Amino acid sequence: MEYRIEAEDLNVYFDELHILKDVSLKIPKNTVTALIGPSGCGKSTFIRTLNRMNDLISTFRREGTVLLDGEDIYHPKVDVVDLRKRVGMVFQKPNPFPKSIFDNVAYGLRVHGITDKDVLEQKVEEALKGAALWNEVEHILDKSAMGLSGGQQQRLCIARTIAVEPEVILMDEPCSALDPISTTKIEDLIHKLKRDYTIIIVTHNMQQATRVSKYAAFFLHGEIVESGLTDQIFLEPCDQRTEDYITGRFG
Amino acid sequence: MSRWTEEFFIEKGLLLTAVSSIIIIALIIIFIFMEGLPAIQAYGFFNFIFGMDWAPSSGQYGVFPMIIGSLGITVLSLLMAVPLGILCAIFLSEVASSKMRRILNPTIQTLAGIPSVVYGFFGLILLVPFMRVQFGGTGFSMFTASIILTVMILPIIVSVSEDALRSIPQEYKEASLALGATHWQTIKNVIFPAAIPGVITSVILGMGRAIGETLAIIMVAGNVVQIPGSILDPVRALTSNIAIEMGYATGIHYNALFATGIVLIFMIIVLLILANYLHYKKKVTIGGGYL
Amino acid sequence: MHRIIPPKIAQKIMNGVFWASGIITLLVLLVVIGYVLYKGLPVINLEFLFTDPIDSGRSGGIFPMIVSSLYVTFIAVLVAAPLGVGAALYLAEYAGENRTVRLIRFGAETLSSIPSIIFGLFGLAFFVIYLQMGWSVLSGGLTLALMALPTILAASEVSIESINKSYAEGSLALGATKWQTVSKVVIPAALPGITTGIILGMARAIAEAAAILYTVGAALLIPISLLDPARPLPLHLYILATEGISMDNAWGTAAVLVILILIITVTTNTLVDRYQKKMMGR
Repeated sequence: MEYRIEAEDLNVYFDELHILKDVSLKIPKNTVTALIGPSGCGKSTFIRTLNRMNDLISTFRREGTVLLDGEDIYHPKVDVVDLRKRVGMVFQKPNPFPKSIFDNVAYGLRVHGITDKDVLEQKVEEALKGAALWNEVEHILDKSAMGLSGGQQQRLCIARTIAVEPEVILMDEPCSALDPISTTKIEDLIHKLKRDYTIIIVTHNMQQATRVSKYAAFFLHGEIVESGLTDQIFLEPCDQRTEDYITGRFG
Repeated sequence: MSRWTEEFFIEKGLLLTAVSSIIIIALIIIFIFMEGLPAIQAYGFFNFIFGMDWAPSSGQYGVFPMIIGSLGITVLSLLMAVPLGILCAIFLSEVASSKMRRILNPTIQTLAGIPSVVYGFFGLILLVPFMRVQFGGTGFSMFTASIILTVMILPIIVSVSEDALRSIPQEYKEASLALGATHWQTIKNVIFPAAIPGVITSVILGMGRAIGETLAIIMVAGNVVQIPGSILDPVRALTSNIAIEMGYATGIHYNALFATGIVLIFMIIVLLILANYLHYKKKVTIGGGYL
Repeated sequence: MHRIIPPKIAQKIMNGVFWASGIITLLVLLVVIGYVLYKGLPVINLEFLFTDPIDSGRSGGIFPMIVSSLYVTFIAVLVAAPLGVGAALYLAEYAGENRTVRLIRFGAETLSSIPSIIFGLFGLAFFVIYLQMGWSVLSGGLTLALMALPTILAASEVSIESINKSYAEGSLALGATKWQTVSKVVIPAALPGITTGIILGMARAIAEAAAILYTVGAALLIPISLLDPARPLPLHLYILATEGISMDNAWGTAAVLVILILIITVTTNTLVDRYQKKMMGR
């Protein structure tokens, strides 16, 4: 099997707090991998380590390696900006810019040097179609993104992410702020996107994990307790703690 | 006294203190106008505002050169202070380490607190001779005054802009960086545009301080009543006019100085209205969805 | 259209620009303060601080000016602090959002942006002439009070508003009256912020010269009664410098003023720091 991302013996600290402990995980290409576990278990910290978002926090410290297509993303020669172009991210709370819908999607493209109007329009349309939002916003592209509903905003954020054609999309509890109908739309979208992208999704919702992911990893207190095929983890967990968690005994 | 009456009197007492600001403003406007309007009536509104000559000894009271002087000094100092101040604000909110910030923030507070006469004195002793050597003339000029003013309004622009930049939600920044934008692209395209209403407020506050500054300008601007031909010519500001001549003014001359104050008040009111309007308008177009 | 500068180079250039602007600001301050202290400190000694000026300030000390500054500032704070804190309490705790409140806010905002020379003119027309207080510490102090008022009001209101509403609710739920709640819960919690506001207002009063130019007189004697004329430090500096009386004594006076401001800045910063640490739970 081909792996997109390989984390090895990853340890992460914020000041004295040891958040991730010897985490090793391989993420297969063009599938959906779900990270599950109770809050504060380190799953969000883990995915923010994959696009080096944690670099923004001054107390962040890391040991161990993360390989993207076999290359160490924490190597001093690696440019964070290029890395983030390849590893996109969708956040927990929809966070469109206070700009028009068009400008939101075009933002990443412009930042990467595309200024041709026709190219921009074509790519924005593709991205919005890819995020299943085009039909709803086709005629209001110049309106502020802040006027969209929460679910639409989140799909806009996904469109914005896929517009720059990353290899990996990190999703940090993308549905936690959304209603059930919007959640279904986003889950359908995830199914569609997995053909072209490697998706890593953090979720609290067990059902969501079984619905969208092929692989899963269970985090607890900063360690990975168990990882493998989602069906396997949910049907015949190897570890008692995993079983306790997925059957709702804690968390 | 019952508990109810005690509460009642306390609330009304506090209301009275709150209303004091309005009473003071009203009194200021009444007294300045009462003393100033007779001069405008006697000399004519048009002659007063657009008159080119100010010669109290021969009964000439035209303040136009001083309006130009005030505006000239203000615009020139904004040209220097706004870019530097905004860059410095971005530096503090986005680039500087927390250690650097701990040095710079008190620095800016101190700059804001230093008395204007100290700046004026500093300018008089160091800057005026320097300008004289560099550019010829007396060294007293619109340019010299605007350099001193730049230093004086820098702290307001920096601190208010910094607050505005800091209040931009972290999510915008993360979203932009996660798309592979560089830090500078993120600042330029996301953080700064979202902070524009606050930045405009900072500029207007700086402008207000520049128009109102008095003694520091007197000490370095040369105070000649004329429309300056170049930025190196001496000028007199409206504020300076009042401070210089009030000591010996009597009769209509005294009233004319209060009338100069009326012009100043109008300028400040225009600025306040402009500030409220721009703030409101920008807020709506930038962050407000379909508003 | 093609990009002229690649983003990563632009990033490096702008980082340089940002650092430069920060450093320029720092340098400006160091130059101003450094030079004033360099010229002024040698002049300052006990004799300079505690004797009268001789020959209109050509030599001698600045004791009457220090007394004058303290005197007018004291009057200003005595008048402005109760007004400002009272108004802040009213706006933050009692008033709803109505036309009166908006008018009060607009009044305070306008007051804070009126040029100091206008306050001076008003002080002259109102206190000195209309109320017949003459050129005196009372006229000057009251004029400065009007200037310090909006500063104290704004800082106090911010600190009172930042007090967690649940404290007040907790107190009201125990059957305390509004005023008991405000005086026993809200004011103590907001006190560091209110103090900071008052110190800032004081700083504005100490530094001001234009507003007192035609309200306080220019006497060289120590003011005793409220109706005595006086000459606070900034005014003394202005007169020494513009009339070319004594540059040495001017530098000394400037240095005393700068040191006062430095002390005030350090004090307020320490207060705010301590306050924030306390709010964060030590």
